[in-house]
Amino acid sequence: MSATTATIPERALARGSAYRTVVAPIVLGVAMLGLWQGVVDGFGIEQYIVPTPTDIWHEITDNLGSIVDGSVSTGVNALIGLVVGALVGILGAIIAGVWRIFDTIVAPLVAALAVMPIVALAPVLYTMYGADKETARQIVAAVAVIVPVYINTLRGLRQVRPVHRDLMRVYAASARQQQFAVTLPTAAPYVFTGLRVASSLAVISALIAEYFGGPIGGLGKSITSSAASSNYALAWAYVFGAIVLGLVFYCAALAVEMFFTRHRSTP
Amino acid sequence: MSSAVEVRAVSRTFGGRKGASVTALESVDLSVAPGEFVSLIGPSGCGKSTLLRLIADLDTPTSGELSVFGKPARQARVDQDYGIAFQQAGLLPWKTVTGNIELPLALHGVGRSERKARVSELLELIGLTDFAGHYPDQLSGGMQQRVAIARALAESPKLLLMDEPFGALDEMTRERMQNELVRICAETQAAVVFVTHSIPEAVFLSDRVVVMSPRPGRITDVIDVSLGGPAERDDSLREDEAFFRGVAKVREALHGVPVAGARGVDTR
Ligand SMILES: Nc1ncnc2c1ncn2[C@@H]1O[C@H](COP(=O)(O)OP(=O)(O)OP(=O)(O)O)[C@@H](O)[C@H]1O
Ligand SMILES: [Mg+2]
Repeated sequence: MSATTATIPERALARGSAYRTVVAPIVLGVAMLGLWQGVVDGFGIEQYIVPTPTDIWHEITDNLGSIVDGSVSTGVNALIGLVVGALVGILGAIIAGVWRIFDTIVAPLVAALAVMPIVALAPVLYTMYGADKETARQIVAAVAVIVPVYINTLRGLRQVRPVHRDLMRVYAASARQQQFAVTLPTAAPYVFTGLRVASSLAVISALIAEYFGGPIGGLGKSITSSAASSNYALAWAYVFGAIVLGLVFYCAALAVEMFFTRHRSTP
Repeated sequence: MSSAVEVRAVSRTFGGRKGASVTALESVDLSVAPGEFVSLIGPSGCGKSTLLRLIADLDTPTSGELSVFGKPARQARVDQDYGIAFQQAGLLPWKTVTGNIELPLALHGVGRSERKARVSELLELIGLTDFAGHYPDQLSGGMQQRVAIARALAESPKLLLMDEPFGALDEMTRERMQNELVRICAETQAAVVFVTHSIPEAVFLSDRVVVMSPRPGRITDVIDVSLGGPAERDDSLREDEAFFRGVAKVREALHGVPVAGARGVDTR
């Protein structure tokens, strides 16, 4: 009889576990780094085979400017892709929520997009939009974002509780009023879940798209070019930049999600 | 003046798959006068919620006729002639107490200042003035229920429909809410159709108690209790001889023993 809808990342939102959520991974990470350093030093493995964390750290500090510039370049592409993709995904879901037929029509397309590695489009897009432009990367990021946002939003739009639907009928609310008073607010937490998933995808897609061509300056290009010149420690330094960039996107999305879902625990 | 609710020979059958259908209500007749408090009581599944939903036009009868203030139920709903409180409070979790109470007013285009005035009146009525800016998840179950009642009262309806609004409350809160409801009804002069599982609650609040039986859902008895005006309905009434007599009458009716003087419809 209860119509509670467990939404959102309850693990991340549960108050008591916030400490554990943060501390446990850090402890693990530090232990892994220590092990890595120990093994490489202990076995005398050459730097060009596997660099140690300290080697990488030196490259990071020496090339900080370039890493930051690369992160900004890749980050801007990811952000544009995220915003555009999210808008398309949300609007599409709202249309599909109102007209079921639209959902039926686009379902195969969504399924195709969901299983296709979007970056595979990159070479085609470079040819279409020009290899000297960032457009292809932004499109790749946007397309990667659309699917999770669309699916989550549509799911959210269908979670309206029967008692709320009855309430709208009692008030003789118009379809438009119902949409704004109940349907969209109900879907909001799901939209943010979709955005959180999409935020990482946007960064990964924008970065990988750089592997297939386009202008230099981004993190992806820097990783490939340093690896190509056998400067593995530097390549790892750029990978570190990519990790930080991904984390920034994810944490920002998580913070927004937590803010907008703070009162959703009880009916 | 026409009666607040007029139910004539109403049946509601829910068609299941493979011909298995449930007769939730069978030829039910009921009339509620303006300002009258009527409780529906009966075992689980006897069609109390179904009847309430039919009156509210949240569902339509399979046969029979229903009118609210002399209009078809649908028209009464569109005209906002009634307020309703569900068993679950059904508050919008993303809105504050104020936002929830003013929801019907906002949907019906009532201006900001007028809304504000009405909400502060209602907050006073339910005793939650200090919680105007709280969200539902920051309130106890009883407080949420009071907010839902305030929301139902927002447009000063002449008819209140309530489906076990106090079902989830503890006995003490429940009795306090009953006292408040008596006071609210006296102030607003609204007719009430009140679904409950509690015999004492029905007797304490009602002018008449409608006793129902399940499978198929029917009205088996209508018992006049009328324990006096709102002034006399306070906690001392709960220990009054007349109150106990009312409780005994309803209990007998529920258990199928015919009671002298009551209008038994069909005791089978
Ligand atoms: N939407 C529906 N579809 C099918 N059957 C239904 C539906 N709603 C109610 N029923 C059936 O109608 C009968 C009456 O249900 P109703 O909810 O009115 O009972 P109730 O008297 O309110 O019970 P309770 O006291 O447990 O709330 C039940 O047998 C139920 O299974
Ligand atoms: Mg019920």
